[in-house]
Amino acid sequence: MKICVLVKEVPDAAVTKRIDPSTGRLDRSGEKNLNPYDTHAIEAAMQLKEGGELQIDEIVAVTMGPDSAVRALHKAVSLGADRSVHLSDEALAGSDVAATGYALAQTLKRENPDLVLLGQQSDDGECYTIGAVVADHLQAPSLTQVIKIDVVDGGLRCERQAEYGYDTVQVELPAVISVGDAINEPRYPSLKAIMGAKKKPLDALKTADAEIDVALVGASGSQVQCGSFKAPPAKSAGLIIEDEDTNDTVEKIVAWLDERKLI
Amino acid sequence: MAGILVYALHYEGAFNKNSLGAIAEASKLAGELGTEAHAIVVGESVPDDLAAQLGGYGAAKVFVVEAPEGLAQPVIDAMAKVMTDNGHDYAIFGGGLLGFEIGAGLAARLGAGVTMEVTGVGVEDGKLVAERPILGDSSISESRYKGKGIIIARLNAFEVPASSGASAPVETVAVELSPWSTKAKIVRRGEQRGADVDIEGANVLIAGGRGLGKAEGFEQLEELAGAFGGNSAVAATRAVVDAGWYPYAAQIGQTGKTVAPKLYLAAGISGAIQHKVGMQSSENIVAINKDSNAPIFEFSDLGIVGDLTQTVPTVIEAVKAKKGS
Ligand SMILES: Cc1cc2nc3c(=O)[nH]c(=O)nc-3n(C[C@H](O)[C@H](O)[C@H](O)COP(=O)(O)OP(=O)(O)OC[C@H]3O[C@@H](n4cnc5c(N)ncnc54)[C@H](O)[C@@H]3O)c2cc1C
Ligand SMILES: Nc1ncnc2c1ncn2[C@@H]1O[C@H](COP(=O)(O)O)[C@@H](O)[C@H]1O
Repeated sequence: MKICVLVKEVPDAAVTKRIDPSTGRLDRSGEKNLNPYDTHAIEAAMQLKEGGELQIDEIVAVTMGPDSAVRALHKAVSLGADRSVHLSDEALAGSDVAATGYALAQTLKRENPDLVLLGQQSDDGECYTIGAVVADHLQAPSLTQVIKIDVVDGGLRCERQAEYGYDTVQVELPAVISVGDAINEPRYPSLKAIMGAKKKPLDALKTADAEIDVALVGASGSQVQCGSFKAPPAKSAGLIIEDEDTNDTVEKIVAWLDERKLI
Repeated sequence: MAGILVYALHYEGAFNKNSLGAIAEASKLAGELGTEAHAIVVGESVPDDLAAQLGGYGAAKVFVVEAPEGLAQPVIDAMAKVMTDNGHDYAIFGGGLLGFEIGAGLAARLGAGVTMEVTGVGVEDGKLVAERPILGDSSISESRYKGKGIIIARLNAFEVPASSGASAPVETVAVELSPWSTKAKIVRRGEQRGADVDIEGANVLIAGGRGLGKAEGFEQLEELAGAFGGNSAVAATRAVVDAGWYPYAAQIGQTGKTVAPKLYLAAGISGAIQHKVGMQSSENIVAINKDSNAPIFEFSDLGIVGDLTQTVPTVIEAVKAKKGS
């Protein structure tokens, strides 16, 4: 069996994210990293492989993104993926959620995986929805925000929290599952794995290789036009105290609470 | 006719309040567009009189589809058919996990545009325009749609009016489910994990997140809530509820409760949007977090940048002393 894990390169958490006013897109300069939520998806794939109940022959990391996204793939490989696929094409720039999901689904079709895993959300896009788009194109059952996966009857028994409490769902394979960050504690890559990551096979694809209809992707192929960025209503900034002397800090907290009659 | 279709989520005979808000909003927008807002209910043996009640919130018609409950994909099939047959141009969801899944899948199916976390919708040139806060709510972007548009609201984005008491005509639609929509089956739905605690009536909520480091961290928060006395309780983020550190009934946010206490003290909580939507109306927000870049400081009234293992025990002693004085 083959598992494909969708991974994305995102600005590092410490980088202030902003929109480039000239393009209306996220300013992608600055430090970047593998989306931390995706490390849970890779770990989930590793645990399924190591669990042995399913015969997992291969874990493939798949991304769509600019040239620099290769680093996110190397990181994914160092965490356990056997090889990676990088879809990168000028034609894809500015794709919205639906277009991104379509392009990823076309890329996944080439691999024909038994299971697609992805993260609960991307640190920059925060849509939580790529999985549902990909699943509809792949015509596969799908579930998001899964925090427990067991192999039952050759399928996956998944648990997740939805609006009325925890749901347990039995899903047949092939399937598309996004995992929540409580599902596991991702391992740290070994130095050897980090050094070896660049030597593992990496397929670089253009839209044509994945039979992507370019009329359906990129800014021009996207159905949503985003624009007129404006600032949210100003909120008066709160008081910030750096805790240098705890007794002093706590005195200030108590005074603050007392002033507002909260104690 | 270019109408708006709203998904009405229901569970155990009651509609989700965010769905009701979405119907009311859609009805207002439909008025401006010169069209109608319709609702759709998908489930097992949904009674007609239950569906008809959606008329009280502004639905001009309610479609009822017989299909399994609690999963997104059967609803995608149902909404795709109803929108195609009736020419709806827009679908609106009142937020929530299923809304995200259905809305995104529906966009893929219909080749529509989709926007999530929407906090406001307006009409411009006879079309809907959706506002979405982005980048940790530091900026608001506007979405316009080339063709069909799917709008998934942020939790509590729309006000829920009282029902006018009107009843809407109900149309039952038979939908053939896609083969893959039946390959996921609910084994158990709505399991309540952990104790049944009541946090909604509390004046003071002491909330804990992953920064507590371990389940035992909540003992200190309970002690702090106890020190405040009166109507105080302890709340939690999804991260720690999923990890089994604290009961689901105490969870705040997107898939948890919405609260607005006099004081919300957050310890070791990053302030993710999905948490924020459940507590941002609190009167006073105090946050303790060791990361000065944590998003929670953007919407706190008092922010303490520091290690909670040092501050929390001292705060407990100080509040106890204050109470004793
Ligand atoms: C569809 C969907 C629905 C969701 N629904 C919800 C929901 O209903 N409710 C909810 O809460 N979340 C929800 N989430 C999850 C949400 O996105 C966040 O992952 C979650 O809120 C994070 O919880 P946290 O703040 O406890 O953990 P983290 O984000 O890991 O934050 C922990 C914080 O603790 C700080 N910290 C660590 N150690 C210390 C220390 N010693 N002293 C002080 N500070 C410390 C860190 O700096 C960090 O900021 C949902 C997500 C999705 C995608
Ligand atoms: N461009 C991309 N390439 C590969 N995977 C992606 C991409 N964008 C999003 N994903 C995956 O989809 C998940 C959810 O992202 P989002 O829907 O953007 O919040 C992420 O955790 C990734 O696993």
